[in-house]
Amino acid sequence: MARPLLEVDNLVMHYTTEKGDVSAIEDVSFTLHEGESLGLVGESGCGKTSIAMALLQLASENAVYKGGSILLEGTDLLTLSADQMRRRRWKDISMVFQGAMNAWNPVYRVGDQIREALDAHFRPRLSEAEAKGRISRLFELVGLNPDMEKRYPHEFSGGMRQRAIIAMALSCDPKIIIADEPTTALDVIVQDQILQELKKIQRDLGMSIIYISHDIAVIAEVTDTIGVMYAGKLVEFGSTKEVFARPKHPYAFLLLSSTPSVTGPRRKLAPLEGEPPDLLNPPSGCRFHPRCPWATEQCTTEEPPMTHLADNHKVACWNWEQVPEMGGLIK
Amino acid sequence: MNAPLVKVDQLTKLFPVSKGMFRKPTDFIHAVDGISFEIAPGESLGLVGESGCGKSTTGRMLVKLDETTSGQIFMADDKDDLIDVAHITPENMKKFRRKVQMIFQDPYESMNPRRTVFETIAEPLAVQNIGALHEREERVSDMLNLVGLAPPEAFLFRYPHELSGGQRQRVAIARALVLDPSFVVADEPTSMLDVSIRISIMDLMLNLANEFNVSYLYITHDLAVARYMCDRIAVMYLGKIVEIGDTEDILGNPLHPYTKALLSAVPVPDPSYSRIEPDIKGGITKSINPPPLCRFIERCPWANETCSSNDHPPLEDKAEGHYVACHLVEKSVANV
Amino acid sequence: MTDLAQQPPPDIDVEKLASQRSLWRIRGTLLWRSARRNWKLFRANGIGLFGLAIVAFWALMALAPAVFFATGYWDSGTFDPVTGLELDPPSEFRTIVQKVENPDTEISVQQVLLDGRISGNVGDVVEVKLQPAPPNAKHWLGTDPLGRDVMSQLMHGARAAFFLGILAAVVTVVVATLVGSIAAFFGGAMDAVFMRLADLLIMIPGLAILIAISAVFQFQLWHLALVIGLLSGFGGTAIVLKSQALAVKVKPFVDAARVAGGSNSHIIVQHVIPNVMPLSFLYMMFTVTGAIQSEATLSFLGLLNVKSSWGLMIQLANNQGYLLQGTTYWWLLFPAGMAVTLLAAAFFLIGRAMDEVVNPRLRRR
Repeated sequence: MARPLLEVDNLVMHYTTEKGDVSAIEDVSFTLHEGESLGLVGESGCGKTSIAMALLQLASENAVYKGGSILLEGTDLLTLSADQMRRRRWKDISMVFQGAMNAWNPVYRVGDQIREALDAHFRPRLSEAEAKGRISRLFELVGLNPDMEKRYPHEFSGGMRQRAIIAMALSCDPKIIIADEPTTALDVIVQDQILQELKKIQRDLGMSIIYISHDIAVIAEVTDTIGVMYAGKLVEFGSTKEVFARPKHPYAFLLLSSTPSVTGPRRKLAPLEGEPPDLLNPPSGCRFHPRCPWATEQCTTEEPPMTHLADNHKVACWNWEQVPEMGGLIK
Repeated sequence: MNAPLVKVDQLTKLFPVSKGMFRKPTDFIHAVDGISFEIAPGESLGLVGESGCGKSTTGRMLVKLDETTSGQIFMADDKDDLIDVAHITPENMKKFRRKVQMIFQDPYESMNPRRTVFETIAEPLAVQNIGALHEREERVSDMLNLVGLAPPEAFLFRYPHELSGGQRQRVAIARALVLDPSFVVADEPTSMLDVSIRISIMDLMLNLANEFNVSYLYITHDLAVARYMCDRIAVMYLGKIVEIGDTEDILGNPLHPYTKALLSAVPVPDPSYSRIEPDIKGGITKSINPPPLCRFIERCPWANETCSSNDHPPLEDKAEGHYVACHLVEKSVANV
Repeated sequence: MTDLAQQPPPDIDVEKLASQRSLWRIRGTLLWRSARRNWKLFRANGIGLFGLAIVAFWALMALAPAVFFATGYWDSGTFDPVTGLELDPPSEFRTIVQKVENPDTEISVQQVLLDGRISGNVGDVVEVKLQPAPPNAKHWLGTDPLGRDVMSQLMHGARAAFFLGILAAVVTVVVATLVGSIAAFFGGAMDAVFMRLADLLIMIPGLAILIAISAVFQFQLWHLALVIGLLSGFGGTAIVLKSQALAVKVKPFVDAARVAGGSNSHIIVQHVIPNVMPLSFLYMMFTVTGAIQSEATLSFLGLLNVKSSWGLMIQLANNQGYLLQGTTYWWLLFPAGMAVTLLAAAFFLIGRAMDEVVNPRLRRR
């Protein structure tokens, strides 16, 4: 496998609020390799966006890192000053966010807004011609007509704006792109086009992408590796093919079993009972135990450690052996 | 097919594109453009399409939240006679409101933040003057039990902000069903819920539909959800229904090029499944004063002179109950 | 969107609540609960409490005269704010001189002539009754040039200020809520008429209108309250509340009520107005501030037919020429001026604090 690029080790992050500590990221570890595409999947509030914010060091002011490290090519991002981090953002690690397509400033041309990012990060500054050439190449890369850079954001459709956002994210040749729900607000056909575009760009440029989504179908589509998150914890991690074929964590299993699909036999799906927990006051032991059909006494008191199964497939569950084959529960 | 519960005939909604205060608008967005369909009692029809295709407007016209521009909506009365909803008497209007309800997309905005769960669910009863207060309370408690919010005492006097998204949507379902309607328009009721909650809400809606013999018009952009919820599916594109038929027929054997593209663009939760890339050009446009041609012509991979010299194709029965609006559908049938 | 309530305090058991049979009792309990929650939010904000303390202080001041008169601590002959007269003010002995060099011991010939009651020649020592008298044991804030108790006037002025402010605020809120809701809900011609009226009222300077009206009519305090209430209610406040009502009108819960068969009036009363109310209360506070200031201004200009008010106290001091005498006669100016400033500011501060309760976005997390 390729060289590890980003190593997250036992990361713990809490948000301090008036009502107490929200444990948003709890002891999360994973590795991202060069050229790999990693998916983080989970429900809203499971900590997947908090991880994105931690990686970019853009978490809100009430975020407290209680432990662990985020090593980007050997440098711990948690130890960097705000200024050092600012220089690394965009250049080493950049982002495409869900609402980003609505974040264009309406009074400036799209190309000028990208140029601003280039100016801020290239030392020495790019000449006018270099910048222009670069923006044209970026636009071509994301499937936009290079002439569009002279247009204003309102002249772009939603999909085009999101493409331009991707161009902006690519502008400083980042090693890693974090794509947080990059297509959630888009229609399926546009979503498909953007996902294919991202896949192609990744193949061509060899960068690493971290996809963050609640939509496991999207994750299945674009990632090599997947991490399933539940209530601030990484509960299962492994190659996408392996996890989708043989999910070992009850949550991953139930999530996959409760996802409708347009393919395969029409079937009754197994619902996931209950509601996600309140992270101000997370359940004891395994955080999934109140909703888990296989929970035992042990699960209510002891936190399950990460068990390493086959190559790189990890699961945090005491009773992973109990979890049936996919399709086993389904009527 | 039995006598229909709902019959829609050439339903049209034009929104004027405003051009200043005193000029009469000359440009119109053809949000819904002459669509016709029927829904049988107890049947659920999925209305599928991308944003802006007119699916929500259709739903809103069916519950009389939006006025129709032209066309007719018929609703079966107690004796299964179809009544034109546009010319309904005030007395029948009240009956209509009881029979037709709606479930909204956003569970956070569809409940008045200042009213308790009891007041929210009892509102239709109060408006319709049904029952004394204690009877209403009993009815609301029963509804809460039915939608899985038990014990009801724990929920009756909560405010919406004290409930989770899934619980709110259950309350919204209870409110829609409290009058015992026969037809419910559900506008993307699960799209804003967490994935793990969606199936339980969809199951709840299916079970209740069975129990109360309710028909749904289920509006969604998600074909997978439509497949789970609906007996039949109608695919809309720019105000027109381009294909309508039994769910498995549509998904297994899509005939319209748009349906094909839409279907192949849906991501599949299976990494080992390889899809065919959707065959479609360009992006969706707004239908302001569209020419009478086929709406899909600009994006269609097949379009030829037949399409550019004829009006928008009518819906034609191509296989048993599987209607398609395409001049070149034979080509599609031949491909299969 | 406004949302008064965020998290329920755990101390009320909803299940127990449901076992109470009377719906009104349940409503009462819920209301009490949300009141307590909002009070907690309000309390967290220092400036709101400060404002409330000032208002409470002036409220006590407004109530005090009734108690003082009833207990006989004050007799109405001396302490009535309008007709009272201190017959025996403190006095001092001063020498009559040509040119005053030490005002504590000397008095000029001219002053002796002006005050017809005393007479004498240069060099005589005369007894001077101090009117206006500085604060003393009997008159805590001294007396005014007419020998009336300043403290009593200040207390009665507080009463007038509260009466005026609250009446104006209530009128504003009732009018603005109705106008805003109706304009937002029905739109069209109704909206156009109300909004052009609002524009007109915002455009013309309010004080100028008040001066013009009061120059023509005998202006009572409640007239003023009504006029201020109507000006603000049909003017700026109506526009703010209309925009809030517009935001409520497009909420799906309004659609839901309509699908249930709810009439326009049902929707306005049950859904639109309750959701506009918090903002209305907020503007109520700002109206009080404006009303108190307008009253002071009009009284000062002598255009208000009011027996006793803070503006009138300042006006009297001005008429008698004490306004320009620096701080020598501070008790004629300072208490009334301070009162106007403090009470107006206090209501404004309460409004700002309420803003944080009403608009969760302004709240610190």
